[in-house]
Amino acid sequence: MKIKPVLSHIILITVSILSIFPFLWLISTSLKGAGENIFAYPPNFFPTDFTFENYIGVWGKVNFLKYFFNSFVVAFFTVILNLIFSSMAAYPLARMDFKGKKTAFFAILATIMIPFQAIMLPIYLIILKLNLIDSAGAVPGYLGLILPFAVSAFGIFLMRQAFLAIPKEMEEAAIVDGCNSWQIFFKVLLPMVKPTLAILAIFTFIGSWGEFLWPSIVLSDEKMFTLPVGINNLQGIFSSNWRYIAAGSIISIIPIIVFFLSLQRYFIAGENEGAVKG
Amino acid sequence: MNKYVPYLFLLPAFVLLGMFFFLPFLQTIVLSFSDYSQSLYQPAFAGLGNYAAVLKDPVFQKVLLNTFMYLIIAVPFLTIFPLFLAILVNQKLRAVKLYKVLIYLPVVVSIVVCAIAFKWLYAEHGIFNYFLSLFHISPIGWLTDTKFSLFSVALVTIWKGIGYYMVIYLAALMSVPKELYEACEIDGANAWQKHFTVTIPQLMPTIALVSTISAISAMKVFAEIYVMTKGGPLNSSKTIVYYIYERAFENLDLGVASAMAVILLVIVLAMSAINIFVFERDKYRL
Repeated sequence: MKIKPVLSHIILITVSILSIFPFLWLISTSLKGAGENIFAYPPNFFPTDFTFENYIGVWGKVNFLKYFFNSFVVAFFTVILNLIFSSMAAYPLARMDFKGKKTAFFAILATIMIPFQAIMLPIYLIILKLNLIDSAGAVPGYLGLILPFAVSAFGIFLMRQAFLAIPKEMEEAAIVDGCNSWQIFFKVLLPMVKPTLAILAIFTFIGSWGEFLWPSIVLSDEKMFTLPVGINNLQGIFSSNWRYIAAGSIISIIPIIVFFLSLQRYFIAGENEGAVKG
Repeated sequence: MNKYVPYLFLLPAFVLLGMFFFLPFLQTIVLSFSDYSQSLYQPAFAGLGNYAAVLKDPVFQKVLLNTFMYLIIAVPFLTIFPLFLAILVNQKLRAVKLYKVLIYLPVVVSIVVCAIAFKWLYAEHGIFNYFLSLFHISPIGWLTDTKFSLFSVALVTIWKGIGYYMVIYLAALMSVPKELYEACEIDGANAWQKHFTVTIPQLMPTIALVSTISAISAMKVFAEIYVMTKGGPLNSSKTIVYYIYERAFENLDLGVASAMAVILLVIVLAMSAINIFVFERDKYRL
């Protein structure tokens, strides 16, 4: 089933370049000094007045480390809570018979169909009522960012699929050995679904790290900004200084690019078949 | 086994889903029947007043039209082009892994940075207008002209989604039985014929899935618009989630915003239901 290899390469090289060109162009702009016209026609892809000044300048004016830290705290705890709560909820749905199972199943399924954007206003009112906002301090501020995303139906169904694939004998053997349900869950089943936990962790991390709508609603204190909110804010701070905006944007994507490149097989090797988010 | 055990396992998830899904879901419906125009603290019962106001609002009509235009621009492209790419990267080729990584890269980068990068490409004296000038076309206001703004914003959504859907197709391609292709080869079919007679029919469920997922995510688009145009100029690039955000959090029209949210909810709910009960039945079977 070969399509002409040369033709395949030409198309794929073109699409690959188009996929990263917007970032390459930001990098190019970020490396151009004050002596070079960034609006020059024809545009210079390789800077003639090469400099790192923009990076030094924007790093000095914007607290990137704080944004990284905030994003990391939020993403880290969102991942941990999702792993624990989603797999806990998935276990009885996959392995036990109990009254109300059907109701629980369809209630969770219903949440997949409810778009966050349609219910964000009442969620905000609830967060306000619980005083989980950044003006009440750092910890409430983080909680307000984390809790609405601490469990997802997507995660529950992903874990349920993984538990369903484990042979029943594993559990029966553990029961014979005298394990109770908690021990079966933590010592027998969880270690067996590690690959799925890894997928859930990675996708939850990416989602949380890039989330923009919710943080931009709840955050008001600049010290609590996550990366996407902070980067969007660069447009306001540096209005039309595109050299700085470009440098700041590039700084902000380095961690996620490193994360992606080191774990790329989880994203693209077809190992995430179950990980389709609706 | 203690009969409370299953419930204890489910408890944390249900507490959180209750607080952040079921309760806000009910509250959205309640708010949509409430009138906040006199007082933010003591709403009056509005009946269907908010819905009537929304349906009569010319901006909402424009926004709804824009949202469907957005779907019409983005969904066909995101359904077809990634399938084509998946077929290409599913071959034994040199550097195919590198292609996959590069095409997937926009998926993992925050939408805010993607939107800023495009805003720079779209600048008045930016690189897109330079390419136009090579063909003696005068500069376009990509984000500042009402004729182009919605299209320009949708292009970012498309560009960022290609890798994601390509990988979904790739996983599906790997499970197409090899024998089907071999049978085709015996009949003397060429590469394209094989894909039309085997791949596309085999992948129909995935094609349907991708079209609904991409439609749902196009319904929910927000960040691209917020970062690049704020819905402007003259509401030309405003879609429903952005308008809800604006009415709820900038104008504090809680009742009207909630009525719009219910409309969004109904549309997305219908799309997701098709998805879950038709295309992904196996995954969600009790």
